[in-house]
Amino acid sequence: MMSSLSRRSVLQLAGGAATLPLASGLPGGDAVHAATPGTLTIAYNVNLPSFDPTVGLSAVNPTIQSIYQSVFDPYIGQAPDLSFKPGLLTKWGWNEDRSKITLELRKGATWHDGAPVTSEDVVWSLQRAADPKGGNPIQFVWSKVGNYKIDGNTISGDVLEFEPTLFKWMAFLTGYVLPKAYYEKVGAEGFEKAPIGSGPYRVDAFERNAFLRLKAHPGYWGGKPAFETVVFKFITDPTSRVAEMESGGSDLTFEIPYEEFDRLKAKPGLAGETKPVSDIAMIFLTDVDPMLDRNVRLAANHAIDKKAIVDRLLKGYGVPISTLEAPGYAAFDPSIKVTFDPELAKNLLAKSGYTTEKPVKFTIQTTRGFKPKDYEMIQAIVGMWRKVGIDANIEVYEIAQHFELRARHALAPAAFYNWGNAIGDPSTSTGFAMFGPSPHCAWKGKDLVERIGPLWGEKDEAKRIAGYNAVDKYIAEEGEVIPLFQYVQPIIYKKGLTVVAQSNGMILPQLIKPA
Amino acid sequence: MRWGEIIRRLVLVPPTLFGVAVIVFVLLRVVPGDPIAMMVPPGASEADIGRLRALYGLDQPILQQFASWLGQVSSGDFGRSISVRQSVSDLLLMRLPATIELTLLATLIALLIGVLAALTGILTRGRPAEWAVDGGIGALLAIPDFLWALILLLLFGVLIPLLPISGRIDPQIDIGFHSNFYLIESLLTGRFGVAFALLHHMILPALALALPFAAIVARLLKASLVEAEDQDYAQIARARGYTQSAILLNEVFPNALIPTVALGGVQVTLLLGGTVLVERIFSYEGIGNMAIDAVINRDFPLIQGLVLTFAVMFIALNLLVDLVVTLLDPRLRHG
Repeated sequence: MMSSLSRRSVLQLAGGAATLPLASGLPGGDAVHAATPGTLTIAYNVNLPSFDPTVGLSAVNPTIQSIYQSVFDPYIGQAPDLSFKPGLLTKWGWNEDRSKITLELRKGATWHDGAPVTSEDVVWSLQRAADPKGGNPIQFVWSKVGNYKIDGNTISGDVLEFEPTLFKWMAFLTGYVLPKAYYEKVGAEGFEKAPIGSGPYRVDAFERNAFLRLKAHPGYWGGKPAFETVVFKFITDPTSRVAEMESGGSDLTFEIPYEEFDRLKAKPGLAGETKPVSDIAMIFLTDVDPMLDRNVRLAANHAIDKKAIVDRLLKGYGVPISTLEAPGYAAFDPSIKVTFDPELAKNLLAKSGYTTEKPVKFTIQTTRGFKPKDYEMIQAIVGMWRKVGIDANIEVYEIAQHFELRARHALAPAAFYNWGNAIGDPSTSTGFAMFGPSPHCAWKGKDLVERIGPLWGEKDEAKRIAGYNAVDKYIAEEGEVIPLFQYVQPIIYKKGLTVVAQSNGMILPQLIKPA
Repeated sequence: MRWGEIIRRLVLVPPTLFGVAVIVFVLLRVVPGDPIAMMVPPGASEADIGRLRALYGLDQPILQQFASWLGQVSSGDFGRSISVRQSVSDLLLMRLPATIELTLLATLIALLIGVLAALTGILTRGRPAEWAVDGGIGALLAIPDFLWALILLLLFGVLIPLLPISGRIDPQIDIGFHSNFYLIESLLTGRFGVAFALLHHMILPALALALPFAAIVARLLKASLVEAEDQDYAQIARARGYTQSAILLNEVFPNALIPTVALGGVQVTLLLGGTVLVERIFSYEGIGNMAIDAVINRDFPLIQGLVLTFAVMFIALNLLVDLVVTLLDPRLRHG
């Protein structure tokens, strides 16, 4: 049950209140003020809990990675379209039988204190990440390679267990190179107080929960960024971020309600851009009654008009999907379609003895306010289901509860969730979401364990992708999950800026320039 | 005797805090939501989850966790935050001053507005101005602090952008403080420019917190003033020919202050509770804002530290109010 004065209700009120200037036609509604010259100020949607990008809760928070990638360099870079490009490593790859990896470190890269980035730094970072006592949440990936050897700028390592996504992880969560000598000198606490990296910006000032001020790293290997100073203002409330843009306090913000996005981008002095990102809305189905009935699962899939949900609730900002692979992901297959067909849904339910008068009943869990219009979306879906003979009871939960319930395989028969996959690999979407032994999977059926299992160790990349295509097709035919749509990220910024939106959702200040 | 009562309550502080500690510790572990489940990325096995759980000491039986935490707390160590990965004590020492300064400023503004409104109401009794004051007090009271925050944010941040709407200080200013009491330190060291910059940022959140509290002060004080005006000492002063203003300020006001402080002082705790949402809306870096993040992240050690800190502040405020009332009221002072 929600309290009448919960934070969510405050934010909902806030959302309504933020529309006041426009609705009232008051003159201040058009006020957008000038940016600070030479400084880029970003109204950022989350706080930065910790500077070490390889350890703890913040290391696996995709939203914080924009800040980390401003200060630290990932091993491998990622282009706006999710493809991979040289980062601190200029070359990387497996040997023929996938028993060894070879990495080539970029020459001339320097830490913010001026010291050169060395192969020892890279190996130390990889070994630290693989240490079970180190607290790296992705340790299970990094520990699959060891026995590193250094030869100048070339590093080789033995593959202890084949992990096809190893290099993809080198571009994302916890895949950062840290300065060995500096870290060992100052220790973990010292590093938190005065972190240094090799990224385009160095830390100049940090007020926890308030702001982070960065200055351009003059020796950056990728060239000096356009803005000398970047300020991340931590403004977690979306209404306050909207107000920041209207008051001229910030130059750019994102993750705001779509209604506000449309309103702000129409204002003089502001521009807007949207980009589909590697984050999808989905409904987990748990393999308990009544979801063990294939007809119920398929009916639940076919009864949902995803386009109507995107158009009406998200103002068109979303891309309907039929599998857990969104456009742009490595295993996206546009030929797999799950159609909106309420008649088919009714017929399927009738086969199992369910009608609108005698509906199948189950609970669907959802967050409320965690993602844009999440609760409203589930309300709409429940309405669509009711028309074909499904009577679903909505239960609201917090995202923390979702994680716990999912890990215990105790979710309701249907549970709304959003699944991010910034590396775009099928193993980190279909793989972990649908493979029974994974603690992140709600469908524990043997059918999928048998189909996905062999793909974990598949060394032929083309075969691996084709294998996941086949799994996605099978899941769609069996209706074992309900993919809904790919999220679209709204970005609002002051006119006069050139912003490069990234498919992984990151807002990188080094890619923002004065027009 | 009032002093005896205060001593008795001081003795009760440790068991009260122990009770709070037990309740928050048990509740956090009973309510669904596991910090480790939030931390594990796709691909982590049960063994990986177990390893992380052990790393944060969450694999121990609850009693053992509690005993270990209590031992730490008794030596002033609240443990280490799971999400921020820093000592909870350090985090509290960093953020608490910001909330204390905001609360003090809000209290000051509330007292100023409240006292002025009450005095204006009394001086204009029976005239339209009194109705206006009463109406104003009613409006201030009807709107909760977080709504005032939004109204002020829109009014002075967007429509008439006069004041900053986020943070505690301008990110372009190099701070260089020795303590975390930025405002107090800048005033004491004569850095008035910095103090002005801080006040510039604090004024809107402080006002949002102050307005409902000001209404409470005004209403309590006005009622007390009305009551005190009918007392014998006021009548005698009136018979002696003192002016209405002199009677009000010299005779009535000091006596009316006692019930106002007694009742209104307790309301300061509500003001403190209001900082959670107001700090969030204005992205102000106090412990209220930090509390929301701690709850979202299920950061058990940080939540426990924050709840105990709030409890200590509530108890201290109540004691302070009793102390002030005792000092103000000679009947209580002399038994």
